[in-house]
Amino acid sequence: MKPIPAANADTQAYWEAAAKERLLYQVCGGCSHTLSYPRGVCPRCHSGDLAWRESSGRGRIVTFSIVHRAPTPAFKADVPYVLALVDFDEGFRLMMNVLGDDALDTKIGDPVEVIFEARGEAQDKLPQARRTK
Amino acid sequence: MPARAAITGVAETDIGRVEGSTVMSLHSQAARDAIADAGLEPEDIDGVLCGYSTVEPHMMLSSVFCEYFGLKPTFTTAISAGGATACIMLATAAALVEANKCRHVLMVMGDNRLTGLSRSGTVAALAGVGHPQFEQPYGMTIPAAYALVAQAYLHEYGIGRDELSALAVTGRKHAGLHPKAQMREPITLEDVADSRVIASPLNLLDCCLISDGGAAVVVSSSAAARDLPNVQVEVLGTGQGHTHEHIFGAPSLTSFGCADSSRIAFGEAGVKPADIDVTEIYDSFTITLLVELESIGFFEKGEAGQAALGGALEIGGRVPCNTHGGLLSFGHAGAAGGAFHIIEAVRQLRGQADARQVANAELAFVHGDGGILSAHCSTVLGRV
Repeated sequence: MKPIPAANADTQAYWEAAAKERLLYQVCGGCSHTLSYPRGVCPRCHSGDLAWRESSGRGRIVTFSIVHRAPTPAFKADVPYVLALVDFDEGFRLMMNVLGDDALDTKIGDPVEVIFEARGEAQDKLPQARRTK
Repeated sequence: MPARAAITGVAETDIGRVEGSTVMSLHSQAARDAIADAGLEPEDIDGVLCGYSTVEPHMMLSSVFCEYFGLKPTFTTAISAGGATACIMLATAAALVEANKCRHVLMVMGDNRLTGLSRSGTVAALAGVGHPQFEQPYGMTIPAAYALVAQAYLHEYGIGRDELSALAVTGRKHAGLHPKAQMREPITLEDVADSRVIASPLNLLDCCLISDGGAAVVVSSSAAARDLPNVQVEVLGTGQGHTHEHIFGAPSLTSFGCADSSRIAFGEAGVKPADIDVTEIYDSFTITLLVELESIGFFEKGEAGQAALGGALEIGGRVPCNTHGGLLSFGHAGAAGGAFHIIEAVRQLRGQADARQVANAELAFVHGDGGILSAHCSTVLGRV
């Protein structure tokens, strides 16, 4: 079975929002830094004053790879699949798969939008990317 | 300045598929042979540094080893920094003997990934380096994470397939000169280009091997090394650079901590890249070596691949590199993989590299990187 993210206290709000198909990110109240992934402290000024914001869900492909060798049997049926880093317009970066019929045409710089993939029996949802025009 | 640490003993086990091996038997063979190479007895070892094992992980691996092999050191700990482990051990061992905390530090590593875990088991286990919530759910493998760097780097600097392939071809040529290398059959640029895609743009022959093997190095204080038999090799400088752990958290996809680690190591040694006679640089993937050769300053950005195509990395070339064949062709057995680079550098400086010998090698540069170009440690070694 593909891994289902197990939320912890740092990331609970992120995954609860994802389950409702909303993409959240954190901004530091101390120095306005946008964090790449949720945590309990700002990695720039080390403040614990972090606020949740909702992303527009729009971004661009920074880099990608078409994966032909799966890490575990759970991903074997999906090869070849696209692994990418996406920079969202608000300035945070996430790893995602690019999904959709034209995913294998992915190029650096392509605009993408967030979509949500249901995973597991509990209807957990994983933010993913889809190319846009 | 304190008297510099010396590398007095080195040894590796058989590499590749080592039937009947265990994590601790590989550690022990390498340890016994490195201590003997130094002209010492096990009782002379007062410090022990171990790495990590993927096959049989333990939170106190150095204590497990000391019990198994039969040592009672007055200093021991385990270091776990992926491919940077061996170089960080060397830097730590050097600091221990220079501070007179130890006389002879044994650093020892080994893993039987091929027979103990299999290729698929190792690929799966290593994917566990990915962030459990933000990377692993997306099917990231280690090759795919490096492929993300490769795609960005090739795009930024306009580098082509053959320039990556040249690094694999050179490594294999050198491995053919080492009797212990796991893969010794020559390969061509076409072989690399035609090998199956693992994670684009990286093909099978862009990726390091999965091996059984062990490695050990004895580091001695200058005073304790004086009466030992081998040509003395000193640790002239070490440096580290750390920018991230997970690739999606890296501040840059084209510039990494090796720039800092090497600048510090060169500065401590009082030398520059052009002074170096032989380089042994971490090559988990062709892209790893390409990025490091350029960031460390042996080549300008975007130029290492072209230089490699022209033979610059070969024995007799401008920057002889990975003269044992590296992780791509000699072998890769976890923490021991990075130690193979150190061992080869020492053999080069001692003049014991046989058919691989770089003429008049007096200064060597060794570099290890762990994670996804995350943790970097550079060392400069010199013949006294």
